[in-house]
Amino acid sequence: MPQYKAPIENINFILNDVFNVEDVAKLEGYEEATPDMVEAIIGEGARICEDVLFPLNQSGDQEGCTWDDGVVTTPKGFKEAYDTYIQNGWTSMVAHPEYGGQGLPQIVQVVMEEMICSANMSFGMYPGLSKGAYDAIYMHGSEQLKETYLPKLAEGTWSGTMCLTEPHCGTDLGQIKTKAVPKDDGSYEITGTKIFISAGEHDLTENILHLVLAKLPGAPDTTRGISLFLVPKFNVKSDGTIGDRNGIKCGSIEHKMGIHANATCVMNLDDAKGFLVGKPNEGMKAMFTMMNMARLAVGMQGLGLAEIAYQNALVYAKDRLQGRGLDGTKAPDKPADPIIVHPGVRLELLRMKSVIEAGRALTYYTGIREDIAHKHPDADVRQEAADWVALMTPVIKAHLTDMGYDIATRAMEVYGGHGFIQEWGMEQYVRDVEITKIYEGTNGIQALDLVGRKMGQNTGRLLRSFFHPVLEFIDAHKDHAEIGQYMEAFGKSVSKLQNATITLATKGLKNPLEAGAGAKDYLKMFGVISLGYMQLLMAKAAHEKIEAGAGDPKFYDAKLKCCRYYIERVLPEHYSAYHALLTGADNLMALSEDQF
Amino acid sequence: MKILVAVKRVLDYNVKARVKSDQSGVDLSNVKMSMNPFCEIAVEEAVRMKEKGLAEEIITVSIGPSQAQETLRTSLAMGADRSILIEIDENVEPLAVAKLLKGVVEKESPNLVIMGKQSIDGDNNQTGQMLAALLGWGQGTFASKVEKDGDQLKVTREVDGGLETVGLKLPAVVTTDLRLNEPRYASLPNIMKAKKKPLDTMAPSDFGVDVSPRVVTLKVTEPPKREAGIKVESVEQLVDKLQNEAKVI
Ligand SMILES: Cc1cc2nc3c(=O)[nH]c(=O)nc-3n(C[C@H](O)[C@H](O)[C@H](O)COP(=O)(O)OP(=O)(O)OC[C@H]3O[C@@H](n4cnc5c(N)ncnc54)[C@H](O)[C@@H]3O)c2cc1C
Repeated sequence: MPQYKAPIENINFILNDVFNVEDVAKLEGYEEATPDMVEAIIGEGARICEDVLFPLNQSGDQEGCTWDDGVVTTPKGFKEAYDTYIQNGWTSMVAHPEYGGQGLPQIVQVVMEEMICSANMSFGMYPGLSKGAYDAIYMHGSEQLKETYLPKLAEGTWSGTMCLTEPHCGTDLGQIKTKAVPKDDGSYEITGTKIFISAGEHDLTENILHLVLAKLPGAPDTTRGISLFLVPKFNVKSDGTIGDRNGIKCGSIEHKMGIHANATCVMNLDDAKGFLVGKPNEGMKAMFTMMNMARLAVGMQGLGLAEIAYQNALVYAKDRLQGRGLDGTKAPDKPADPIIVHPGVRLELLRMKSVIEAGRALTYYTGIREDIAHKHPDADVRQEAADWVALMTPVIKAHLTDMGYDIATRAMEVYGGHGFIQEWGMEQYVRDVEITKIYEGTNGIQALDLVGRKMGQNTGRLLRSFFHPVLEFIDAHKDHAEIGQYMEAFGKSVSKLQNATITLATKGLKNPLEAGAGAKDYLKMFGVISLGYMQLLMAKAAHEKIEAGAGDPKFYDAKLKCCRYYIERVLPEHYSAYHALLTGADNLMALSEDQF
Repeated sequence: MKILVAVKRVLDYNVKARVKSDQSGVDLSNVKMSMNPFCEIAVEEAVRMKEKGLAEEIITVSIGPSQAQETLRTSLAMGADRSILIEIDENVEPLAVAKLLKGVVEKESPNLVIMGKQSIDGDNNQTGQMLAALLGWGQGTFASKVEKDGDQLKVTREVDGGLETVGLKLPAVVTTDLRLNEPRYASLPNIMKAKKKPLDTMAPSDFGVDVSPRVVTLKVTEPPKREAGIKVESVEQLVDKLQNEAKVI
């Protein structure tokens, strides 16, 4: 049976020693989020994750959701856990105070999301999708929609979904066929079929609010012809109470590789009553504001699953006795040494640990930047923070989910054959994490977003939010007592990334195939190098603590060793991506289709 | 009714205790600390009594270092109204704790004191009894059920032979056992409200109590490691081992 302990010490290290979560409490509206408050909230959140959500993870996987004539039942214990979760106010955490929320900053949500995804990702998706719906309605909905629906979403008694995908289109949403016909009363009648809708139907909440992409009559056949609608499962009466059933039904649920406890639904809309959210034909724009947050949240899923997989691999590696240390026996009183003595096993564990810790730093830092982007008094500071978030969104989504899969697989393999066996729980993490690479825009699409959209935006302004501070950092730390030794290697990697940027930009302008061909390699480089940057920031902070004689010296010393491992053994992975990128599109396009 | 609940900050029950290398005690540096589980049950019971309308005010008190404020904040987030920290860095023995609590009782005049039957670090199981004796109040220890019965308190106690129910005249002292209730998780709004609730800090000298220890700890060591078990091949071998090795039959 796997176990989970929220990594509180590591969380606090990032929030307080590496970055300054205190800065968030200085922003107007976030005064309450002082470091001690943040710590208290995370501490209680950790208890819910460890004691309530985690015990349902394996059973939820094995039982799965069931469908019976349009009614979907979640696995045993989910409803009770959900009730506890909402009664304790967790769905209202970052919701806005004027619509039922506690108004806490995003960074607290980011930390909570990591823990929920480690504990029970399938569960976490139900409130996660509600949060996405809340954000979309908050940002684009009319005042009336906000007043009617937002407090219920914050309370958690109603939940939300995102209905984009149709049988013939997932990536290329310009092709969608779902139609919306305006009615005299200002509402719309919506008809069509949506597939793969997460949390589309379930028994956790009284009502479900679907955010549906559909086309108005005569709308263009591209993404510029799509509008966004709110379609409730039950119509809501003028007094805010639940009325009759709307024409949106769950036709079936999918049998799938992972996240068995989260219902993936076919949703049939048959003259369902819906309300326009935002302006006609601007649905993609509205959906994107929500999707960007959702993409960061999916990156967090990758990280959360990596963490739980690593925790259990570590326990096993210290416990499993097999072989003797190459340099001599380590546990003479035992029949064999624990496998953690073997260099090959350490390589796996250190890779997991160093990538996870850097990924945590990157996501938390980005969470803090999001708060700054929303609330900082200085417009330039806000812009710069927003640029960082926009640039890092595809990197976090794709790189951390790729790494999530990589880590979950390695963690499973630390168990040898036992990892392949269901009852140990390790193969579930591999099955669960796979979907994070696919939904919210496949990782291939994230790479195209990075290269096609983010790279050139405002003549490279987004890129500046990364390169400027990083280059300054390299300059300022060449002689640093601890991390100075790594600056040459790190500096070289960053200049390769600059080179790759220029190469893709110039070649891509002339021939878009060149941009498409290099996109995945470019994103990989960006991911590997930004995690390297985070490792260096962590080592710097740990070094300061050691110098000051503060805290647990062993804990901080481990950060230095982890940084060294990353810089020496993981950072070089950007080379191969770089060299592949330089070869360009020709080796991909030369083969004709019939030659495959 | 006014309820006073005593809470202690202890090594978290999930943490494996390590003995300091000089064998002077348990190493508490850089380890997770939290509210003693029996104290959590005490707070929960008080909050339930308040929710039932049986109590108007809940005051929690802790004796310990300044970090015990966090423990008190947890109690406030669970539903206590205000807190008192009697700040002291050294270890305080049960009698001194009881005397300090007596001081708080005289200052606050509660009708009921609820506390854990023991703290999981010292495992003394003395403080509640001592406090009741010092105050001359009735006591219901190891409570697994507490009910208001007219102006009496009916306390069901877990004793060796089974369950015993005692009737207590108020004011009284109740100490909690594990089965009394299951403490709640603090809700997010209550965690945020807890910060604004009053928390007073006092010193042992404010109560004129001498807290200097009367017991000298000579040495603390880890329990001996358990030997690995063996599988016996047959019943005969088992009987043989019980007779000749364990010498139990
Ligand atoms: C369990 C699960 C839950 C889901 N939840 C939801 C949900 O809640 N709401 C929702 O709306 N959808 C949901 N989806 C759908 C998901 O977002 C899509 O499956 C995904 O976006 C990919 O779309 P597709 O499956 O149609 O693949 P396709 O778009 O057909 O893509 C196939 C492959 O081609 C690649 N590709 C496509 N276009 C390009 C291009 N232009 N350039 C380069 N490569 C390209 C893709 O990267 C992919 O590898 C879910 C899916 C699953 C399996």
